[in-house]
Parts: sequence; structure tokens; C-alpha cells
Amino acid sequence: MILTVAWIVPLLGAVALAAFPRWSEARARLWAAVMAALSLLALVVAWVGFDPAGPLFQHVDELQWVPSIGVAYRVGVDGIALAVATMSALLFVAAIVYPVDTLGQPRQYYAWLLFLQAVSLGVFLTLDLLLFYVFFDLTLVGMFFLIGRWGHGTPQVSALKFFLYTFAGSLLLLLAIIGLYLSIEPHSFDMRVLIERQPLAGTGLYAGLVFLALMLGFAIKTPLVPLHTWLPQAHVDAPGPASAILAGVLLKMGTYGMIRLPFAMMQETFAEYSLTIAIVALVAILYGALVALGQSNLKRRIAYTSINHMGYTVLGIAVAAAFFADNQAARQLALTGATVEMVAHGLITGALFLICGSFWQRTGDYELDHYGGLAHRAPLLTGFTVLAAFASLGMPGLAGFVAEFQVFAGTFAVYPWLAVLGVLGILITAALFLDMLRRLFFGRLPSHLGGFSELKRAEWGVLGVLSLGILVIGVAPQFLLTLIEASSALLVGVR
Amino acid sequence: MPIGDLLPETILLVGAVLIVLFASFAPHQRQAWAAGLALVALALAAGFGLLQWRQPPAVTFSGVWALDTPAVATKLLVLLSGAIAVALSPDWMRSDRRHGEYYALCLFTLLGVIMMASANDSMELVVGILLSSTASYPLVAYHRRFTPALEAGMKYFLIGALTNSLLVVGVVLLFGLVGDTDYARTAAVLSASPDAAPLALSVAVACIVLGLTFKLAAFPGHAWMPDVAQGAPAPVAALLTVAPKIGAAVALARFVSLLPESQLWPIIVALIAVVTMTLGNLAALRQTDVRRLLGWSSVSQSGYALMAVVVLDSAPRALPALLAFLAAYLVANLAAFAVVTHLRGRTALADYHGLGRTQPIATAILILALLSLVGIPPLVGFFGKFLLFEVTIAGGYAWLAVIAAVNTVLSLFYYLRVIMATMFKPLEGEVHVLGAWSWLALLASGVLLVVASLGAEAGLGLMGAIRFAG
Repeated sequence: MILTVAWIVPLLGAVALAAFPRWSEARARLWAAVMAALSLLALVVAWVGFDPAGPLFQHVDELQWVPSIGVAYRVGVDGIALAVATMSALLFVAAIVYPVDTLGQPRQYYAWLLFLQAVSLGVFLTLDLLLFYVFFDLTLVGMFFLIGRWGHGTPQVSALKFFLYTFAGSLLLLLAIIGLYLSIEPHSFDMRVLIERQPLAGTGLYAGLVFLALMLGFAIKTPLVPLHTWLPQAHVDAPGPASAILAGVLLKMGTYGMIRLPFAMMQETFAEYSLTIAIVALVAILYGALVALGQSNLKRRIAYTSINHMGYTVLGIAVAAAFFADNQAARQLALTGATVEMVAHGLITGALFLICGSFWQRTGDYELDHYGGLAHRAPLLTGFTVLAAFASLGMPGLAGFVAEFQVFAGTFAVYPWLAVLGVLGILITAALFLDMLRRLFFGRLPSHLGGFSELKRAEWGVLGVLSLGILVIGVAPQFLLTLIEASSALLVGVR
Repeated sequence: MPIGDLLPETILLVGAVLIVLFASFAPHQRQAWAAGLALVALALAAGFGLLQWRQPPAVTFSGVWALDTPAVATKLLVLLSGAIAVALSPDWMRSDRRHGEYYALCLFTLLGVIMMASANDSMELVVGILLSSTASYPLVAYHRRFTPALEAGMKYFLIGALTNSLLVVGVVLLFGLVGDTDYARTAAVLSASPDAAPLALSVAVACIVLGLTFKLAAFPGHAWMPDVAQGAPAPVAALLTVAPKIGAAVALARFVSLLPESQLWPIIVALIAVVTMTLGNLAALRQTDVRRLLGWSSVSQSGYALMAVVVLDSAPRALPALLAFLAAYLVANLAAFAVVTHLRGRTALADYHGLGRTQPIATAILILALLSLVGIPPLVGFFGKFLLFEVTIAGGYAWLAVIAAVNTVLSLFYYLRVIMATMFKPLEGEVHVLGAWSWLALLASGVLLVVASLGAEAGLGLMGAIRFAG
């Protein structure tokens, strides 16, 4: 029940916002924040009730719908899904509370955010392939309206490009899901059955095609180079909180989908192609970092670091899928690392994009060259940005390090030379973040920034909570690792 | 004679005759009552049609008339589309002096479509196609002083005359080859000696398929569709983008299932499907006229529907998938045209700018309808498309499903253009709407869309029952 509550509450909240046209901006925002927080609370309760020694999927709800074709309402979580979902809910609360100019349509803005929260959580919580696809597609609709209506720059072009590009990925995913569905007798959309029976093992070309379609679909969403080109523009033109959601939650659907579908349901096929996927991930790591280094636009730069970081996650997943040697411990380490990277990247990049939103609210400008010397004018802003940037570049003691350490430790045991090359990505990331901090906060204050104001209470409150999360995961990650390891052990076959 | 088997059709016929009589004597301000008469006839016909659902699949009238679930399902769908089109009409037609007869023509068109879907005999098929064509030509050109309507009517008529005569040639050839027009006999003779006269049979099949592509608005008989959608009275456009397509799709499925394998019809239908969907989508991409855009989208949807016909023999659930897809298309397309009608047929894309601010409900229905046409879950269009993809892949035509997926992405572009115009652009000018009737019909079509979407999964359970008689 608790998982159903977690995704239904925001949906009902969105419906209520759409139904009451007289609500003021403050009231709409308060309502949205309360609904999002209730949903977060439900997930926390689910976390507390999760038994690390129990079966893979827990808190399972099942409601038969059309048994003749194997459709049912099924929700349930393993540790990976629960960790990512809880992080997403936290990020949604942050995005809703974060102040933003709603262009005179506050109700609609908060309704779309709540709608997006409901369907995003649905993606992580469902155990039914058809429902997974339904939620996966609906996130596009929500984000399309958020970018198109409340974006800046050329929002309509960006929204259209975002929708078309990622919808193409969705359709590939749909074809692959149908392929999976048809491969099992009796036909079923039940993820648990598909994971247990591995229906495509030993079917050669058929399995290869389904795998290709699945990976292409998820690679567009993640995004992996060279399918990333929708991302920078969508990010730059989206409003700050929507960017935070896009990077923090929507990108995770790609990597989460890789773990849930091809990794869990097609282990044999994934093992066959794991080196290929790992190399693509390495390319994404290096390319994302290098291109980010070349950006002079603040938001674009952070957007490209997302490509780099999601590359670490995919590398971890690919290593975990390499089935050949008796290196289960390394594979488990890589999978745990990939999941921690998802959580950490959600918090860190979410914070960075919210900070971008604050810059935009104050100046309407993302050009790094137009800034400088803000450390004195806005010490709190500087502090939070420095913390998030250091976490993002993998500073020990912060969340990013925990994730990247495990990913690279696992990779080193399986593909040593990939790990060596991949570490270069961290080096470049360090360079680009240090350069960004220098250009924003140090040096001479340009004259037009004389009126630049410090963070408001709502802003630093939100950033404080996210930063606290980053710190806690960095210093005492055990609470998170216990949860994730419970599932990664089952998935790679240690337990 | 088992007259009772034809009760729904008889009611339509009697209703149409009564309407003609009523319209000849009623004064102008009472002509709108004919709409009420038509609705009563449609409701009665649907009621008796519903009773036929439970009967086992059978043929009647010495085998020329099929009484199976596809025929009955088509009947109900067509009657539903007729009811919504009729309900949209009184406000639109109010000032027209020939208001009453209009409904009689609508009923005749529907009767022809029902005959197409139920025909189990090639002569019967010809009668159905001709009846639905001749009754709908005047409907398209009903506004005699409106030049685009005349142009659309002329185009519709000329293409119809050409393809219908080809159809008759094909039927005659087939009759010459097998010595009978009955489908059961035709199938028996063709399977006994499939290669007796392969060339003649191919020509006959080609002519008949061509004739059906006209009603289906599929390549190469599709050229009238965008003009009709743009120029015909909007309720007529709503009717003609939907009803004939369903009847023709079922008729085509019934016909090709008779053919021997040596005719390679799956490949030919697959090629028609590919060309139709791609052409429709490419042509719709740059349209700046919403009604024309919907017309081209209707062409592309025919292409998708044909995918199910391709795998009719190789996938057991192809026929239910075809009907489910057509039903989903019907609901969404009617809702879209209901919005257009309610907005007094406003058609330029620029006129839709900022519509969401003054007409939130109509805009919401339009957006839902367009997203359903794309196949965004959980709207009903998704389930239709999902089933199509499923049977196509299960039938071994995965490449066709991939092409359809690419086309779906293409189609998203132009549907989104309309959505963006309504939601993201500033409002320009005033928005005039029709009256209470069209508002009610619009609401009904919107509710239908939502209910169909919510109930879609339950509806899938019904599909096991759908198969041809005989």
C-alpha cells in the first residue's frame, strides 16, 4: 500500500490544483510542497520497513486487471529502486519549494510538477512492464509542458526537440518490451517472472535485437554519447527547478531502466555485450568531461557534466553485467557504485541546477565571462556552489566519491585498462569545476553585478538540505549501502 | 427470409425515409428536429445491434450477410460515430435551408458503411461501397456557395467514380474466375485451384483492393481525404474521416483472408501500409491548416491500421487488434473534430494561438485527442497502437513495426505543433463558438475519450470473442 500512496498522493495533489482555479500562488505552492513531502514520507516509511535480508522485491502490491493478457497493477521495490525513488521524491520537494517566477500561472506550474513527480515515482516503483512504459512516456509529457511554458531562451523549440528525441527512444523501448512480452509463455508483463525465467537466454539474434532496442531506448534517456544531443538545449532553456528534475530524476530512468530490464532480465545477452557497453560509457565519460570543459555557459557546462557522470553509472552497470569470471564481489561493488552514483548525482546536480536557477532569477544570464568576484557579495551562494562542485568532482568525504570509488574499484578488477582511462574523466571534471568556481566567485566584481543579492531563506534552506544529504552520504554512507547491497547481491548472484 | 437479422439496418433505412418525409413538410425552424429523429434511429439501431453481439458467428440471407463479431462491432462503432456527428450538426446547419435532408444522407452513408463491413459477398460489397459513396458526395459539397467545399466534393466524387468503377471491374473478373460472388464459395474455389489463372486473379484482386483504398483513404485512393477534411462541413469531415475507414478496413480484412498464399497479399498490403503512413505523415508535417492536418493524419492512421491486415493469417489476434485500433482512432478523431466544429470550424493554425486561456476545456479535449492519436499512454490510442505493434511483431513483420514507430515520432511533431499553438502562444483575437448542441457533443466526445482510456484494459478482455464467421 505504502508505495501506491507514494505515487498517488502527488497525482491527487495535481488534480486538486487543476480543479481549484481560485488558489493564490502561495497557497498553490504550499499545497504542492505538502503533497510532495507526504509522498517523500511514504517512501521513507517504506525504507524503514525494508528488510535487507528479505527477498529481492518487497512492499509488493498486486491487483489483477486483465489476466488473459497478463496485465496487472503491480508495484514493489528492491533496494536500488527504493534508493533512487526516495532521492527523486526529495528532489521534487526541493524543486517545488525553490522560488521561481511562475509567469502568472502558479497553479499550472505546481500541478505539472506534482504530475511529473507522480509519474516519475511510478517509473521506479512499478513491477509491470506495461505500466513502466506508461509512466516512462508520461514523464515526457510533463517535462514538455514545463519547458515549453516556463522555459526561457527558445523554450518551444527545446521542448519540441526534447519530446521528439526522447519519444523516439521510448518507441524503441516499446518495441523491445513487446519482444520481451512475446518471448514468454503465457505472455506476461510481470517483471518478477521475466527476471526469474530469463526468457531470452540462448535465442541468439532475437535476444540481440531486443537488447539493442532496449539499450538504444535507455541510452537516449541516460544520455550516452552520441545520443546526447537533446540534453544541453533542453537544460539551458528549462526553468531551474525543471532542470534539476530533468538531470536528477529523468536521466536516472535511463540507467535505472538498464538495471531493471536488460541487466536483470537478459543477463546472458548483457554479459556478451558488456565490454561494448563499457567502452561506450568510457567514451561518454571522457567526451562529456571534455565538452563540459569547453563550455562558457554555466548551465551548459553543468549539463555536460551530467553526461560524464551518467557515464560512470553505465560503466558500473556494464562491469556488473560482465558474467565471465568468478569476480562476483567486484561486480557487486560496481553495481552498488552505479546506484550510489545515481543517488549522489541526483542530489549534487539537482543542487547545481537549482543554483543555476538562482543565477538566472538575479541576472538572466548564464555566461561565465559575465561573472566574477561574487564570493564577497554572496558568501552563502559561494559556499553551496563550492560544496556541490567539489562533491561533483569526486572529493573524498562527499557523496560523489563514495560512488565513483566503488565504480572504479569494481571496474579495475574486471577491465583494468578501462578504469585507468576512466579516471582521466575525474581529472578533467576537477579542472572544469575549479575553472567554473574561479570565474564565478573570484577575481574582480563586474560593475553590473553591484546589486547581486545573496540567497533568500527559501533558497538556502533547500540547498542546505540537499548539501546535508551529500555530506551524510559522503561521511556515513552505511545506511544507503546496506539498502543497495541487499539487492545488488541478489542481482549478481552473491546471495 | 430472416428479416430480424437486418433489424438495425432496417431501422436506419426507415429512419432515413421518415426524415426525408419530415424535412419535406416541416418549416425551416423545425428542421432541426430531424436531428432528434436521426439520433433516435441511431440509438434504436445500436440497441438491436447490441443484441446481435451475443449470437454465435453466422451468415444469413443465403450467405451474403455476415453476422459475426467484427461486423457487429463495426456496426456499433459506426453508429456511435454517426451519433456524435449528428449531435454536432444542428448548430452548424441551422441557417441552411436544406437542413433536414442532411440527416437522411448521414444515415444512408452509415447504412452503406455497415453493409461494407457485413458483406460476405462481393456484389454486396459493391452495393455497400456505392451506397456510402453516393450518399456522402452531396454531404461534402453541402455548402454550395463555399468554393473549397465544391472543390473537395468534386475531388471526392472524381476519385470515387474512378476507384468504384475499378472495384466493379475487379468484382466482375473475380466472378468470371470462380463462378460465384459468395465469399465462402470463392474461398473454396481459390483454395482448390490457387494457380488456375494467376494473372487474372491478381488483376481482380488489385482492382478490388484499389476500390477499398478509396474508402480507407489509403494510398493510392487517399487524395480526397485532406480536401474533404478541410472543405466539407466540419461534422461531415468528422464522420467521413472515421466511419468509411472502419467499414473498409473490416471489408478488406474479410476479402484478403479468402485469397491463396500465391497472391503474396501480405507483402502488397504491407507496402501500401508503409507508403500510406509515411506519405500521410510527411504531408502533415508542414500543414498550417488544422483541418487539413487532421485529414493527412487520418491518411497516416489508415497506414497503421493496415499493419493488422498484413498479419491477419500469421497472428491470431490481428483482427481484434485491428478493431481495437480503429475504435481508439474513432474516439480520438471524433473528439478532435468536435473541438474544431465547436470552434466554428476555425481552421488556420494561427487561429489556435492561446486557445488554452479562453477555452480551457475544449483545449484540454483537443490535447488529449491529439496525444491519443500519437499513442501516448495511458490514452486509448496507446492501447490501439500497442496491440498493432504486438501482432505485427508476433506475425513476423518486425520491420513494419519499426517503420511504424519511426512514423509515430514523425507524427508527434505535427500534433505537438497544434498543442504548442494552443498552450504556449499568446492569445490573438476573439474566440467564437457554436451553440449548446455542439458543446454537449464536444463534452460527450471528451468523456468518451477519457472513459475509453480508463476502460481500455478492461475492453481488451472482450477481444477474445472477435473472429470472422465461416
